[in-house]
Amino acid sequence: MYEFDYHRPGTLDAAVKLAGEADAKILAGGHTLIPTLKQRLAAPKLLVDLHAVRELQGVHLKDGQLVIGAMTTHAHVADSALVKAHLPGLAALAAGIGDPHVRHRGTIGGSVANNDPAADYPSAVLALNATIITNKRSIKADDFFKGMFETALAEGEIITHFSFPAGIKSGYAKFPNPASRYALVGVYVAQHGSDARVAVTGAGANGVFRASTLEAALKGNFSAAALEGKSVPADGINSDMHADAAYRAHLIGVMARRAVAAAH
Amino acid sequence: MPMIHMTVNGKAVKGHAEPRTLLVEFIRDTLRLTGTHVGCDTSQCGACVVHVDGHAIKSCTTLAVACEGAHVTTIEGLAHGTDLHPMQEAFREHHGLQCGYCTPGMIMSAVDMVNRKGHELSEHTIREELEGNICRCTGYHNIVKAVAAGAKAMQGMAKAAE
Repeated sequence: MYEFDYHRPGTLDAAVKLAGEADAKILAGGHTLIPTLKQRLAAPKLLVDLHAVRELQGVHLKDGQLVIGAMTTHAHVADSALVKAHLPGLAALAAGIGDPHVRHRGTIGGSVANNDPAADYPSAVLALNATIITNKRSIKADDFFKGMFETALAEGEIITHFSFPAGIKSGYAKFPNPASRYALVGVYVAQHGSDARVAVTGAGANGVFRASTLEAALKGNFSAAALEGKSVPADGINSDMHADAAYRAHLIGVMARRAVAAAH
Repeated sequence: MPMIHMTVNGKAVKGHAEPRTLLVEFIRDTLRLTGTHVGCDTSQCGACVVHVDGHAIKSCTTLAVACEGAHVTTIEGLAHGTDLHPMQEAFREHHGLQCGYCTPGMIMSAVDMVNRKGHELSEHTIREELEGNICRCTGYHNIVKAVAAGAKAMQGMAKAAE
């Protein structure tokens, strides 16, 4: 790692101020940033650690919305009685990220802000039509993800919370890469009244995306049977040594059916 | 260089470290507690697992400076003198190791597993929970047996302490 300065502010205001300094980088759980620094792929002058900003942690229910602080760990989301009761699909997704040690450090805010094309959380945020709340504004999920590792966040802007609609039926299924365990394909499905939203991670050449053909098939009939024979075109799907585009496109259909079957 | 303060294995410790110093480097190089190992250095193998404020984490992917004021437990903190911790004893009894390199991380993960999941651990649970610990010698069978036995034996330890 190159040298850097480190601050652990105790308030959001102080964090925002520090994050606005030149070449500052925000440190959440660090499970992407620290490996990146080790490889000398980034050289920030200053790390702003958000661990001491209490208001960014925890889960609560407010006006029919499940509000999750950006610094809430995967383990916390997975074990939260509120998340299990109101969005069990999201709790199950969190329980399947990485391994127990990663889940003790990694955070929902870090994962979504990084928008790794194979991360799990972006698919849930997009399919559940969540709102991303920052120190400046609220951003709808459809406007947030801008492509691989790209989001609508401005320099120094900090995600504070996520607001998920509570109590809707949803589920997640992923086919993990056998070596890295990242999603080769992960599909999150969510029922919104008679409509459905289906978001795919791991497969898109531009990161997480909505599968409109699968959403249309689930409209008015949120069942695995409604997806029989439905698939996603291989255009714009990743091809690499782990899986070619046709295989990944096929897996999207399979994972979507499993996600609907697992949804509750 | 900042001075970092922690409680490690129940003892207050301090040492100078650059902000870029990893927790595992601070534990091994500054505190000279070399039971915590570095295997892959890429958050995959789990040889570096320690407990920070009661949770198992990978100390190769955590900055020491981020643990200012934290309570840290390493493999050296489990035994009482020459009396092994029940999980250590179970690894010895069930031959849950060959070369031993991964063992400190395996045992720290196993103790964390018991803390979260209780004393009756199915083989399936143990194998799932060991996702983040890699062993290249044993083929895992005896590790799984050791964790199951150690989990049960820790119940006896909890009772004895009551």
